[in-house]
Amino acid sequence: MMKKSRRSFLKVAGIAAVGLGAAPAMNFAASDLSGPVKSRNEDGLSAHRWGMVIDTNKITDEVVESIVEACHKAHNVPDFNHEVNEEKFPNTRPVNHKQEVKWIWEEEFHYAFPDKEDEFLAEKFHDLPFLVTCNHCKNAPCVKACPTQATFKREDGIVLMDYHRCIGCRFCMAACPYGSRNFNFRDPRPFIEETVPDFPTRSKGVVEKCNLCAERLAKGEQPHCVEASEGAIVVGDLEDPESEVRALLNEHYTIRRKQSLGTEPSVYYVM
Amino acid sequence: MNKSYIITGLVIFVLAVLSPFWFNMITDTQAAPEPELLGKAKTEKKCVLEKYEMRANHMSLLDEWRDSVVRNADRQYKAANGHSFNMSLSTGENSCLGCHEDKAKFCDSCHTYASVDPYCWECHTNPKEIE
Repeated sequence: MMKKSRRSFLKVAGIAAVGLGAAPAMNFAASDLSGPVKSRNEDGLSAHRWGMVIDTNKITDEVVESIVEACHKAHNVPDFNHEVNEEKFPNTRPVNHKQEVKWIWEEEFHYAFPDKEDEFLAEKFHDLPFLVTCNHCKNAPCVKACPTQATFKREDGIVLMDYHRCIGCRFCMAACPYGSRNFNFRDPRPFIEETVPDFPTRSKGVVEKCNLCAERLAKGEQPHCVEASEGAIVVGDLEDPESEVRALLNEHYTIRRKQSLGTEPSVYYVM
Repeated sequence: MNKSYIITGLVIFVLAVLSPFWFNMITDTQAAPEPELLGKAKTEKKCVLEKYEMRANHMSLLDEWRDSVVRNADRQYKAANGHSFNMSLSTGENSCLGCHEDKAKFCDSCHTYASVDPYCWECHTNPKEIE
């Protein structure tokens, strides 16, 4: 029978324990050096909470038109008034104009701000065009309603959609008090006049809405609406006291849509 | 008498069970198409992962990229081999299609052969197909 002292047993056990620990430790050190790394674009814009200030005094019908066109064109938003190319898309069924899709659009004051209606409201508000879009709410009801987390709130405050994940249940549309969401009742492609290769289209059966040009902010560019607005729209960081949007909010009286609902919209209107 | 029935039955059974082999013997079998490297992809010689890993796992990689871009806004991918890529299927120079220019010969040839029908292109656009 082999005899082993307690001392020699402990020695061997100790060496074995060091050996067992060494392999994972070395693997960890090696993997740290060679693993893939994901990162932001270096020149991308960032914020703690993105927000938008729209100066209603600077919004004219022409400005509205160019903003809507710039946004919808760049994001391949279908226009159901567009005549379908029969050769490319044969047998396209007729359009139901109630099924429009829009990311940013013109609205009348009493529809955009129903709680601010007044018997003796200043005359000018009845005719002014108001631009409305997704409010990227702080307490976004659409995010809570989405059963698949296809709609989610990004860390920087943008309410975004993952179209891959959308199952088309439209709970978010019911939840959104601003009508900012539209459902693709049909394949949108025949109704896109000129498909822009820089942005995907959507497919039948998903909901879509404004994404605050997250793809442009990531490249360090301002959203399309800001660029087309001739200074009427400013997008910036609401949480940064030094930002341009905060300066505007400080200087002017601003309102938000349906504030009483508690969704905390991030789009402000300078009156 | 039962014996002959059983044997005929067995023969028919064996023939039927092996029918895929007979079918293959009388029809031409096609070898799996090789994805064709054209244009930039041919000269660059650097992909995100090694060739065989890419063949087997490109779908998981795309899935990971999608989550990274959409959810975390991380759009740059520095691969283990040191090369950087723009995590995008079809937009920009440094995306998948930016390098693998011919979708028909790169994606579709294998997908068609394998009867796989991914719905990427219901939304994503092939810049070459847009006139």
